[in-house]
Amino acid sequence: MFDTLSDRLNGIFTKLRGKGRLTDADIDATAREIRLALLEADVALPVVRAFIARIKERARGSEVSQALNPAQQVIKIVHEELVNVLGGDTRRLQLAKQPPTVIMLAGLQGSGKTTLAGKLARFLAGQGHQPLLVAADLQRPNAVTQLQVLGERAGVEVYAPEPGNGVGDPVDVARASIDHAKRVARDVVIVDTAGRLGIDQEMMAQAANIRDAVDPDEVLFVIDAMVGQDAVNTAEAFRDGVGITGVVLSKLDGDARGGAALSVREVTGQPILFASTGEKLEDFDIFHPDRMASRILGMGDVLTLIEQAEQAFDADQKEKMTAKLMGGEQFTLEDFLDQMVAMRRMGPIANVLAMMPGMGQVKDQLADLDDKHFDRVTAIIRSMTPGERVNPKIINGSRRARIANGSGVTVMDVNQLLNRFSEAQKMMKQMGGMMGLPGSRRKATKSPKNKRKGTKGGSRPRPVGGVPGGGFPGGMPGLPPGFDPSALQGDGAQGLPPGFKLPKIDFNKLRRQEGDNK
Amino acid sequence: MEYVILGIVLAGVLLLAGLGLLVPRIRRRAVPPAPPRPTETTEEAGGVGILAPERPAEADVVEAPPAPTIETPAPTAGRLIRLRGRLSRSQNVFGKSLLAVLGRDRLDEDAWEEIEDSLIGADVGVEATRQIVDRLRERTRVLGTRNPTELRALLAAELVEALDPTLDRSLKVGGKPSVLLVVGVNGSGKTTTCGKIARVLIADGHSVLLGAADTFRAAASEQLATWAGRVGAEVVRGPEGADPASVAFDAVKKGVDTGVDTVLVDTAGRLQNKVGLMDELGKVKRVVEKQGPVDETLLVLDATTGQNGLEQARVFMEVVDVTGVVLTKLDGTAKGGIVIAVQRKLGIPVKLVGLGEGPDDLAPFEPAAFVDALVGTDA
Repeated sequence: MFDTLSDRLNGIFTKLRGKGRLTDADIDATAREIRLALLEADVALPVVRAFIARIKERARGSEVSQALNPAQQVIKIVHEELVNVLGGDTRRLQLAKQPPTVIMLAGLQGSGKTTLAGKLARFLAGQGHQPLLVAADLQRPNAVTQLQVLGERAGVEVYAPEPGNGVGDPVDVARASIDHAKRVARDVVIVDTAGRLGIDQEMMAQAANIRDAVDPDEVLFVIDAMVGQDAVNTAEAFRDGVGITGVVLSKLDGDARGGAALSVREVTGQPILFASTGEKLEDFDIFHPDRMASRILGMGDVLTLIEQAEQAFDADQKEKMTAKLMGGEQFTLEDFLDQMVAMRRMGPIANVLAMMPGMGQVKDQLADLDDKHFDRVTAIIRSMTPGERVNPKIINGSRRARIANGSGVTVMDVNQLLNRFSEAQKMMKQMGGMMGLPGSRRKATKSPKNKRKGTKGGSRPRPVGGVPGGGFPGGMPGLPPGFDPSALQGDGAQGLPPGFKLPKIDFNKLRRQEGDNK
Repeated sequence: MEYVILGIVLAGVLLLAGLGLLVPRIRRRAVPPAPPRPTETTEEAGGVGILAPERPAEADVVEAPPAPTIETPAPTAGRLIRLRGRLSRSQNVFGKSLLAVLGRDRLDEDAWEEIEDSLIGADVGVEATRQIVDRLRERTRVLGTRNPTELRALLAAELVEALDPTLDRSLKVGGKPSVLLVVGVNGSGKTTTCGKIARVLIADGHSVLLGAADTFRAAASEQLATWAGRVGAEVVRGPEGADPASVAFDAVKKGVDTGVDTVLVDTAGRLQNKVGLMDELGKVKRVVEKQGPVDETLLVLDATTGQNGLEQARVFMEVVDVTGVVLTKLDGTAKGGIVIAVQRKLGIPVKLVGLGEGPDDLAPFEPAAFVDALVGTDA
């Protein structure tokens, strides 16, 4: 799972450094790995084949750039191509010149059409439109009720003349809804249809009839991001049966890699308009091709990481932590506990880590990561008194025994934690020192000299003219305003944008020491 | 500001990672024996042993005439066979392409690659596919088979083996009451499956009480109530937004009080990477267990799901100890090959398959019939 494409390719290319040009053999070897990565991300086989063929074409003969190693270069090509395919001619919803605009939703059962109808209605209402939801899913028990509840939440009228549960003709409902919309002056009509299988002739004919009855300006195909190889068949069936003008990817908040997006895009040729990223009505966004490309390739997704972090850490906490780091204050066990709890909120630690570029190098250890261990550490810290948390030095033998008993671990575990913590504390101090904002009082870093840190981190020139505040140790170059995810793609190959260098070194340090401890 | 936050996060992550990597080592040293996996498997093996006598008993029940209810669902025996036509209709593409390959004179690299591709195309997954194909290769070499019929039989045998037909696939029902918990990601078909299972159980002469612990999705409990109304089962519901654990608890309590023999608890769909929701699910199970053990935890898996299905199964397994998989929507073009990977990796057997929207389109899973439909024996 954590075998990211970049790591694999790095493996292949370590021997090939210093070549002036990618040879066919190199390209073939890479193509295999790319194929594997795409298949594991659930991109459909025929699509993978076509895609690889294009990549080979592009990679062949392309100059090896000085700045990037071959692996990075190939990844860059793949990533660009993916973004191209996914994002080529993105567009917005086409609104009819003559209102009402009719939007019809179609898809498999359980792909999230009804929920999406609610979200879309809310989204459009927020843009000043007056949407009308039409309950044309008369198949699934209580789909109509569900839509009514959603409509109420979104503050949008729902047209539901039929009770559903198999009663009524969806085609009639759809047809009547247009007149109704005109009468009550709604400018957008969203028709929610029943989920249907591509091979169900009868249902597909019904969908076509609904389409003919309402003459939609947009037929949105809703597909689950978790769908596997079947995405192609389904998309083809819907393309041929109903005709699709746009695609919506749902359940993107899961951890599926979402190769289906690529499959559907390839097969239907229609753009992906929206991404649905949660269960609440507001969890709805326009589609970001670049993020999706990184996700499919299994590259670290720093943007998502930042987003998740923002959700997990509340503002106060952030401020407090920043102050601590900047001010060079002691990093206490209490802070550590806070951080750990917030991290746990972000999901399984291994997943969070996997999102960081460059973590591929330690993927073996990552696989061993079990969130239970973090809970155990949490328990140890929680068994300490506030005084002990602030000043761990006072923890003597009998306190250790008490803490061990309190948290159900051995004294040795507690010792290990305390040792590790004092290491970590030193590290934090150094980092805090380096992160100092210009103008903020910055205590002289009394950090014990660490050679590697000194050369790689410290001596790096601060990015000039970026954000006031320099950067993360070693320079996270002006992340917020100028941060361009595509800048990551090259570095993503090596796994480490410059800013990540220092953490990586620290990490290695940790690992080595752990080895010593063993 | 954002980069500072990111910096902090990274720092935290690194610290944690350092600890996380260390702690396993400590633990491994401190507590050398008892790796969790084997215990589970032995448990399962034990379960099979204990449960074995239940099977014939159930078969008897199946033969008995369906209990008089509002609607009388057909008995479950042989449903998969009856539905095989539907199954193979959607799946014969796969079977055919395999046959074309296997029917060649010579089996060269391309042919093997095509077999691999067909399996991958059925969502079996790259790793599982490679293992299956490697084993198949070895066996053809050893046996010197070139005959397509034999090859097909070998492949079928290999796939059946991957599904381990010896595992117990019956539902543990008939306690006082036995509790079934239905879990899964959003849109996989949990509520529908609950309704169908209720029908099956009632057809087999059980009395069923449904617990609508999906208090999140709009109108989910109404959907379940509609299903229940059709078969005349009772539903315990809570207000929308109520604590699902309390609804589940009430359902089981009522089940005990009224003396039904099965309580079926439907839960809200949740993506496996939502820690808060998974914790909530853990709580539902813990709370239900206050009244007695949960006999079955069924994970509903959509046949269209790709490689993420494995991750789903793994996480749900960790949180609620899944005892069986229900593979839904197998009537489409999807092949549901992910269950092979799920069973190989996690040892969770598929117990039921959903084959359509009809109320009786739920069948017990039979590995042989599933694989037959997959590779097409009588083509």
